[in-house]
Amino acid sequence: MSTPIDLGMPRSGLADIPTLAEGRAPQTKKEFTSDQEVRWCPGCGDYAVLAAVQGFLPDLGLRRENIVFVSGIGCSSRFPYYLDTYGMHSIHGRAPSIATGLATSRPDLSVWVVTGDGDALSIGGNHLIHALRRNVNITILLFNNKIYGLTKGQYSPTSEPGTVTKSTPMGSLDTPFNPVSLALGAEATFVARTMDSDRAHLTGVLRQAAEHRGAALVEIYQNCPIFNDGAFQLIKDRDSQAARLVKLVDGEPVSAGTDPDRRVLVREPNGSVTFVPEAEAAGRPVVVHHAGDPDPTAAFALSRLDDGTMAHVPMGVFRNVTRPTYDDLVREQVATAVQGAGRPADDAALDSLLRGQDTWTVS
Amino acid sequence: MTTSARLDKVVIRFAGDSGDGMQLTGDRFTSDTAALGNDLSTLPNFPAEIRAPQGTLPGVSSFQLHFADHDVLTPGDAPDVLVAMNPAALRANLADVPRGATIIVNTDEFNRRNLAKVGYATNPLEDGSLQSWQVRPVALTSITVEALAEFDGLTRKEKERAKNMFALGLLSWMFSRPTAGTEAFLKTKFADKPEILAANLAALYAGLHYGETTEDFAVRYEIAPAAMPPGTYRNITGNTALAYGFVAASHRSGLPLVLGSYPITPASDILHVLSGLKRHGVTTLQAEDEIAGIGMALGAAFGGALGLTTTSGPGVALKSETIGLAVSLELPLVIVDVQRGGPSTGLPTKTEQSDLLQAMFGRNGESPVPILAPQSPADCFDIALEAVRIATAYRTPVLVLSDGYLANGSEPWRVPSVAELPTVKVEFATQPNGESDDGTPAFHPYLRDGETLARPWAVPGTPGLEHRIGGIEKANITGNISYDPDNHDLMVRLRAEKIAGAVVPDLEVDDPTGDAEVLVLGWGSTYGPIAAAAREARSLGMRVARGHLRHLNPFPGNLGEVLRAYPKVLVPEMNTGQLALLLRAAYLVDVQSVSQVRGMPFTTGELVAAITAAVDAGRPVAPATAGGRR
Ligand code: SF4
Repeated sequence: MSTPIDLGMPRSGLADIPTLAEGRAPQTKKEFTSDQEVRWCPGCGDYAVLAAVQGFLPDLGLRRENIVFVSGIGCSSRFPYYLDTYGMHSIHGRAPSIATGLATSRPDLSVWVVTGDGDALSIGGNHLIHALRRNVNITILLFNNKIYGLTKGQYSPTSEPGTVTKSTPMGSLDTPFNPVSLALGAEATFVARTMDSDRAHLTGVLRQAAEHRGAALVEIYQNCPIFNDGAFQLIKDRDSQAARLVKLVDGEPVSAGTDPDRRVLVREPNGSVTFVPEAEAAGRPVVVHHAGDPDPTAAFALSRLDDGTMAHVPMGVFRNVTRPTYDDLVREQVATAVQGAGRPADDAALDSLLRGQDTWTVS
Repeated sequence: MTTSARLDKVVIRFAGDSGDGMQLTGDRFTSDTAALGNDLSTLPNFPAEIRAPQGTLPGVSSFQLHFADHDVLTPGDAPDVLVAMNPAALRANLADVPRGATIIVNTDEFNRRNLAKVGYATNPLEDGSLQSWQVRPVALTSITVEALAEFDGLTRKEKERAKNMFALGLLSWMFSRPTAGTEAFLKTKFADKPEILAANLAALYAGLHYGETTEDFAVRYEIAPAAMPPGTYRNITGNTALAYGFVAASHRSGLPLVLGSYPITPASDILHVLSGLKRHGVTTLQAEDEIAGIGMALGAAFGGALGLTTTSGPGVALKSETIGLAVSLELPLVIVDVQRGGPSTGLPTKTEQSDLLQAMFGRNGESPVPILAPQSPADCFDIALEAVRIATAYRTPVLVLSDGYLANGSEPWRVPSVAELPTVKVEFATQPNGESDDGTPAFHPYLRDGETLARPWAVPGTPGLEHRIGGIEKANITGNISYDPDNHDLMVRLRAEKIAGAVVPDLEVDDPTGDAEVLVLGWGSTYGPIAAAAREARSLGMRVARGHLRHLNPFPGNLGEVLRAYPKVLVPEMNTGQLALLLRAAYLVDVQSVSQVRGMPFTTGELVAAITAAVDAGRPVAPATAGGRR
């Protein structure tokens, strides 16, 4: 078991995970690729994410055998089969709870959860929010394609209202979840958004998520060419994306568009935020991004910038703060109890537990 | 003048309002009784509501204790002494008290308002309706308040609250119980409330002195110690015994125990006990729901821990899909179901054995799991070890069916020494066990052990054994996803064969004459009532055999033979015949079901009647009667 942890210092999420022996050649993408044939539909955004993960994992320098991917059910949840690490393809929505048990009992593992909008936000909503508020040291990749893929195209909890599908021929009626807002509301300590098609951004976000000690939620916009093609076209299309993408950079003003059409985010006297042309921002309070702000209010405001029309879509790390992790605290309690007892739980200790306070002898 | 009488057994029931502290009073009386070396059995019975309206019938809480100078098998059918703290307690319990028995009533509570609350038109203490019983009226509340007159720092309410200690003192005097244990208990409990401590002690002594000085309680009783095998004993409830059993299994196997659990009556005490045992390396995770509870346990099992989840019937329903996943993953896992009355929320605080078929079949697809059932509170300890043995040896989820009666009931337990407990041997895979197509060493997660059919348990962190498992059907040996029809057929049969072939001990039959007319076969908590009934039936001249199943899946190998050896087989169950259904299906034997679902254990009387009827039906009809029938 682990030794007590000094919780005052931010520690890497990878701190307790064995790294490659010194002098050993770095692992390759090939080593992280299993021998299983990948079975997503041609053109599915999942391919790009898989390639990015297979390519980026070796960079972490961790021993491959100490990495575990746990998934639920859905197209993206096939992910673990294609990585030559340890993996479990579990049941619908439950991966965060399985990952919680694993991460808590094994501090030497880098535990990843792969899930989708249906898996994480519909059937598994409860487990997701509790894993986030507990701040278990796991990294959750939430593939959001705003549709049910595996069950062939029903609307999902992130589908826009009015989405016409086989199960909603007259259009869907329910208000969608905004996964970033939900995660922030669930006390998440790390929340980010990225996109399947932007390999560099995706990799950068994943690296920060992996290093975050605690639960990291990464929403990955993922195109499903079969059932919801072009869902993110407005922010993928080179012509339209510049004006719409809001790349969050720590310490920089929050802005959209390029010169000379750049707009910056300013705070109105009533506390709300709006984009104004850069020229008009002089003398007004410009919102500067601080992912480490302990107060989640600004991060939440950023998460609300996209009202579903994709006029302004923030990308990057919304929030990255330090809070003791559940699994560290659980292990610390056990370690404290063992230490307090003064000796390991040997036969004598167990004998005394079994006997209790109140025994009598029959001879 | 006080005289002493010797009794060989007594059944006492403490009954009062949920707020009257009856469970505590019963617990203390039990401990002090155990210390004297009497054998005993207890039955707490409390409402599902935490505080039902005061003085009402639904608010009545009771605790029954049976102790004797011989082995005690049940908490007793009918109380010899009822302590009724208010009219509701009297009304709710009187039907169980045989005429002639003693009833101690707290007269202070028998006012018009309280009588009306429970539908007494006249005061039963005055209207003669209790004349067949030995009623001992005691103004419990006012005498207690009086005895505490000097405690200026306490309110009247606080003084009244000590009346259960007065009652305990009185009963301790009546039955010659020592009170040192209770005194020590109070000193710990109220360590930082010296005034409350002093008041409780004063009330306890006042009760003792009251017995001593009041003419009304002129006879005190003594019960000699029971003859029990030599050893060190303690009193233990089923839930505590289960918790200790899993800690012992963790200790003996070297696997850290990880409990994922969601609070539910009557299983929560296992979570409570284990969460206090971190010193033994135990990790307890209180999950957001039942499903997460088992998910956490399964995740820990994947990582090489001893995964445990504890719940009751409704929780098992929620965990079913994950149990199915564990069946498919073939990982060790233990699920404890402390059964209660169902369906749905049912009777949360009452006992029942109605989850057997759920345990057997309550999952999608063909998903067999081993099932065990403890037969007494102390047996819960051994069953926990046995569950871990089977789970780890066969890499399978195992269901343990306890019930509310075992969970809260207690009995003396001969405490084993840890060194003599069975060792649970677990070996993780460390090396590749096969080759891939190109001849390089490979790990095949579903290459089974030839004897047990168990697959290797390779935990993350083991280099070279990286593999993926999941709920989708897997190819035999390699574990890769497979939709091949023949492979699925094979895998379903392999999983079934593995569980059916799990080695379990033969059923032992207690048949003193060797030619019994009837076999009474039970499982779970009916052990005590069946044993008591068999003893009584034998004393009445019937030839009765008795067997008790602790393994319900797979059944013991000799079960079919045993069933066929007797002309009649009775199967008493607190359900509508679930084991009977399984036995009929498995062995084509016409077993006869004896069933009741009243939320309470069988009484000895009920079972003796059922045995008598079966024996009578089996005996040759007397010629005269036979002639008369024609
Ligand atoms: S259905 Fe959509 S999400 Fe699923 S694999 Fe095909 S393209 Fe990808």
